[in-house]
Amino acid sequence: MIEIKDLHKSYKMGSNSLHVLKGINFTCEDGELVAIMGSSGSGKSTLLNILGMLDGADSGEYILDGVPIKDLNETKAAQYRNKFLGFVFQSFNLINYKNALENVALPLYYQRVGRKERQEKALNYLERVGLKEWATHLPSELSGGQKQRVAIARAMAAEPKVLLADEPTGALDSKTSYEVMDLIQKINDEGNTILVVTHEEDIAHMCKRIVHLRDGVIVEDKKIEQVRAESYVQ
Amino acid sequence: MFDIERWQEIFDTIRKNKLRTFLTGLSVASGIFILVILLGFGQGMRNGIQKEFEQDATTSIEVWAGVTSVGYKGLNPGRRIQFTNENYESSSALFNNSIEFESSRFFVRNTTVNYGKESLVYSVQGVSNHYQFIENAGMIEGRFFNLKDEKETAKVAVIGKKIRTDVFKDVDTPVGEYIQISGIPFKIIGVLKDNQEREEERIYIPITTAQKVFNGNNKINNMFFTLPPSENFDEAVAQSINFKNNLLGHLQQLHTVSPDDTSGVNVWSAMEEAKRYYTLTDNIKLFFWFVGVCTIIAGVVGVSNIMLIVVKERTREIGIRKALGAKPWSIVGMILHEAIFVTAISGFTGLIFSMALLEIVGPHIEIDYVTNPSVNFTVAFTTVIVLVIAGTIAGFFPAWRAASVHTIEALRDE
Repeated sequence: MIEIKDLHKSYKMGSNSLHVLKGINFTCEDGELVAIMGSSGSGKSTLLNILGMLDGADSGEYILDGVPIKDLNETKAAQYRNKFLGFVFQSFNLINYKNALENVALPLYYQRVGRKERQEKALNYLERVGLKEWATHLPSELSGGQKQRVAIARAMAAEPKVLLADEPTGALDSKTSYEVMDLIQKINDEGNTILVVTHEEDIAHMCKRIVHLRDGVIVEDKKIEQVRAESYVQ
Repeated sequence: MFDIERWQEIFDTIRKNKLRTFLTGLSVASGIFILVILLGFGQGMRNGIQKEFEQDATTSIEVWAGVTSVGYKGLNPGRRIQFTNENYESSSALFNNSIEFESSRFFVRNTTVNYGKESLVYSVQGVSNHYQFIENAGMIEGRFFNLKDEKETAKVAVIGKKIRTDVFKDVDTPVGEYIQISGIPFKIIGVLKDNQEREEERIYIPITTAQKVFNGNNKINNMFFTLPPSENFDEAVAQSINFKNNLLGHLQQLHTVSPDDTSGVNVWSAMEEAKRYYTLTDNIKLFFWFVGVCTIIAGVVGVSNIMLIVVKERTREIGIRKALGAKPWSIVGMILHEAIFVTAISGFTGLIFSMALLEIVGPHIEIDYVTNPSVNFTVAFTTVIVLVIAGTIAGFFPAWRAASVHTIEALRDE
């Protein structure tokens, strides 16, 4: 599904250049649930941004679902993002004046799905995250966990190839974190490929594979025994 | 533009950001409102001045005599010029072709006027039978004297409307009544209505009678001429100036007055004066336009300012939309679409309100030099279009900048 070869990325900080990613090689099969771990400054967010086509690499190859991702302009990147990727952010990033249903329907609007079908699909996904009754509520009326579940529903509504989650539980208490992870595991059970960036050990162990980044290189890549979040959720 | 989905998206945004939309709309609407009102008053002033000048026949030319200011051909300055019937006749004969109406005037001075036992203090003037047309005056009762009265030196008089209301309020009609001018009875044959009130306080008698009865000999005080109407204003002005100069030359020659003299012979042309006023109103109109355009510019600046704030406020939203797959152009399109929609709606609202105000209040405005302020609809409409276009251009740059901000940075924006 994802194939990365010798990926390099550096940022210019005034006259200095900061080398963030120093040759990353990484592959990810269909249906995997991968945790990308590392301390801050290890380059994990940069890697996710490049995978999410929110940022471009300096050199290296990136192939997503057999499509080589290169020479991206904004328009093309937007197209790919809409077609291939779903995002879940630490800070939820819901549009505050749109209610839950409208937020979930938004990626479908950019897929040019008709209004009625959009509403139906969005409601369907809201139901799957258990928030059907909250469809007409604004984000400000939802709890953190509910917001993140709306964000996950939104990411899933576009039916992406890969779901990218950047610290999805970073702003949540542990109970809600497990609820969110439970949801992510269930989505993964249905065969969706998911990448989770985190620095929390327990969250990482709820994935099927952990990739450790340090100073811009992968230092460890191992498959693990998945801890089901269900057991923590009543 | 006709994408129904986008319209729905925009109406959603507008519905959920009412205050922001309202404030944007208000600044645009008030800009248009002020401009239209200003333009309306510019036109009102023009109308008002036009009305002032309609009172006398606008092609009229008046001549009066004075005291010479420069010596000429051995004659000292300070000589008083006196016009005579012969001057008047030779002038009218000479310029016969270009004259429509003509009249001379003789002031009857040091007289007493009585009606019965009542003593009246009104000026008495001897004029020719065409004087009525020169003053552009109408008869409300009876008639003006005619050529026959003039030839027979009839003792008839025409009074102004004000005299009729002041003195003859107790009789059905003053026509047929007699007044004594220096003891000589004159029969009133008509009441004259002039556009200027002070000219309604005069008693007119035939100039021949005035000269004969009141020792005028062949002296006259003024000559009046009007020129036939011309095709357009500029031609009329040119004709008036030409006539004025010829007449001035002729009279100066007759009285041996230097061509450089400015006070011996005086000729006044209403047309020339009118042109001066029209130039003034044109300038006033220009000034109002200038103020109006400045208002519009302020409006445009306001719109672009609001656009900047709106875009700034929505940076994060734009980032989210982009992460979800919005293309930069769709972001620009969405922001501009909303801006155009709001400016157009509020612009036309301002237009409708101001036009309604002018329509309702305008005809009732009765101030000197301001009459019926109104505005050309096409002009006002165009202004709204211009504002919308300018607002769009002004809104484009912030929208484009916002759309090209890096998605990550946009998402990080608080």
